[in-house]
Amino acid sequence: MSNVIERQRHIIDFTLSSLLRRKGKNSALLAVYTLIIFILASVLFFSHALRSEAGLVLRDTPEIIVQRTMTGRYQPIPLAYAGKIGDIRGVISVRPRLWGYYYDANFLANYTLVVPGENPPEPGTIDIGSGISKLREAYPGDTIGFTGFDGKPRDYVIRKVVSDESQLVSADLILISEADYRSLSGIPANQAIDLVLKVRNPKEYTTIAEKIRRLLPDTRPIIRNEILRTYDAVFSWRSGLVIVIFSAAALAFVIFAWDKATGLSAEERKEIGILKAIGWETSDILQMKFWEGLAVSLTAFLLGVILAYCHVFFASSFIFAPVLKGWSTLYPQFKLAPIINFGHVAAIFFLTVVPYTITTIIPSWRAATIDPDAVMR
Amino acid sequence: MITAHDITKTFNAGKPNEFSAVRGVSLTIDFHRATVLKGPSGSGKTTLLSIVGCMARPTAGRIFLGNREITSLPERFLTEIRRRTFGFIFQQFNLIRGLTVLENVMAPAYPTGEKFPVLRKRAQEYLDLFDLGSKAASKIEWLSGGEAQRVAIARALINNPSIIIADEPTAHLDSKLSHEFMAIMRRLKADGKTIVLASHDPIVYDSDLADSVIEMRDGQLTSTGSLP
Amino acid sequence: MAARHSSTYLAVTGGLLSLLVVLVVHAHYGEKAAGPALAGMARLVGSLELTDLCLFTEASYTRHLAMTDLTTPFQDSPFAFEHFPTGALVSPPEQIVRDHVQRH
Repeated sequence: MSNVIERQRHIIDFTLSSLLRRKGKNSALLAVYTLIIFILASVLFFSHALRSEAGLVLRDTPEIIVQRTMTGRYQPIPLAYAGKIGDIRGVISVRPRLWGYYYDANFLANYTLVVPGENPPEPGTIDIGSGISKLREAYPGDTIGFTGFDGKPRDYVIRKVVSDESQLVSADLILISEADYRSLSGIPANQAIDLVLKVRNPKEYTTIAEKIRRLLPDTRPIIRNEILRTYDAVFSWRSGLVIVIFSAAALAFVIFAWDKATGLSAEERKEIGILKAIGWETSDILQMKFWEGLAVSLTAFLLGVILAYCHVFFASSFIFAPVLKGWSTLYPQFKLAPIINFGHVAAIFFLTVVPYTITTIIPSWRAATIDPDAVMR
Repeated sequence: MITAHDITKTFNAGKPNEFSAVRGVSLTIDFHRATVLKGPSGSGKTTLLSIVGCMARPTAGRIFLGNREITSLPERFLTEIRRRTFGFIFQQFNLIRGLTVLENVMAPAYPTGEKFPVLRKRAQEYLDLFDLGSKAASKIEWLSGGEAQRVAIARALINNPSIIIADEPTAHLDSKLSHEFMAIMRRLKADGKTIVLASHDPIVYDSDLADSVIEMRDGQLTSTGSLP
Repeated sequence: MAARHSSTYLAVTGGLLSLLVVLVVHAHYGEKAAGPALAGMARLVGSLELTDLCLFTEASYTRHLAMTDLTTPFQDSPFAFEHFPTGALVSPPEQIVRDHVQRH
């Protein structure tokens, strides 16, 4: 047994000496392979963690939201609709939801206004998200001025800053009283942005949504499942950027494998002949090639995955930051909980280590079986 | 002794460029003696050497190593016998470029799974024996012709084979180095090894080391005389 | 004399494998440890009746992915290029695609 191990170690010694002969080329190969795996793994880790976190965080999102649409765009909904919807069997309650956007020209940032159902701020005061607080360096007690729909300025005193821990949902929020909201936005008292429904039986969501659509044809109900599935589409393999990244990675792997698979150079063939002549068997040669493939691909895989994990979960995916920020001036820090899908890791392994190792062994098969006396000639 | 009965080796059989390098050769090679195959290039010496040394199988005929027939042994057994019994010194040396002297010398023993410290010590000893001890970590590209040949000899000895085979060993050497080579062969024979050399260099076949000179031409033996 | 190549290689590979195991363990406990924070956010989502994560504040339809309608991303015309970079990261939500498909 120890004989077998020692033999493998000898073969590994030889393989590494052989690889070190072309130090520059093989280092570059290892570096590029690692980089590709790093990017691939980072994208997979990030998107899976984000999707999982979205699923956990949004699980209490409203059961049904009813929007009103005109010419394809959603518009404020008359409060009168609430009465009709409330009569539908299975609907427990219908409440108006008031929210919207505020564009802060001074800081080039978009904020989200929300009128909370519970514990709203007093008129004249607002709660702000941690992102706004950092951006404007505004803290409880400070005054912020906004411009209303009528062009007139309005001042608000900051009551509190929403905890930074919840920045993934609250970084850009402005919590405001209903009176101040209507005054700022100009939405009249008989309208809301949309309606929030509570339903007795979750299995009835689709049925009730259908009934609402028939009752009020210019409305668009959105149910909880759909809201949750929206985040499955984020960074999904169908999104443009991810397709580009994955295609580039696949292309790179194909190129590497092709380079290996298109046979050995004359020098490599001669060397295999020499090894056979000095006493190596065909199986020894093939094992050498196996280690040659594995040494590069396994090291690249381990390095790439480890670095990707650290990148996403310790360093908040900072390399993706420019892409994720886009033109936003206010953005979350992407400190995600380390929720991993091991299927992804296994898939990366089978995509990167196995093909490369196989394409290193196969072209050598023929050369490994030649008669050793060929090297004498 | 090694016995060969009616050995024929044909290449590209059935094709238009079919040719026989060795035809109907029968000979005996005594253990613990030095045998020289003499003949011009193209006479089949190299092919015969490779068959004798378990590197190739004859197309026809039988060959015995001692009492054991090795003509049609499976590759694995043949390789093991070759590794244990024979040490080859090639005309072109065939050292592996990019590796150190020590790695080249140890390479034939890698498949045996011998313990590394033991193997390395033995390799270093052989290098010391041939005055190459200080060059152990050098890349072989930096060696002179004579040094390269001594490395090739050390490599041939690493598995402690009983039979040394050398193909045109003095082809790339000047007279001084050729005589040095023959001196080394003399030492090895004195240690009890069997030597088989193929050469058309008089320094080799006329030397007093040769116990038996076998002449070849066009794949056939022209004489199998033993020298007194 | 320097260490055998295989010793170095096996040590490095062994080290990386161990590191990977450490990270797996970290992920396991980290996920548990994140529970309270995630639960806190879930409560906030419930009480404020929120529908989206605050990821891309560039535009209305990137900020509220679940609420957006079909036409807003296109702004001026159906052939207008994507205005905002992060729009390339998200596919349209299922409900819009489905409604759109049904109507045509």
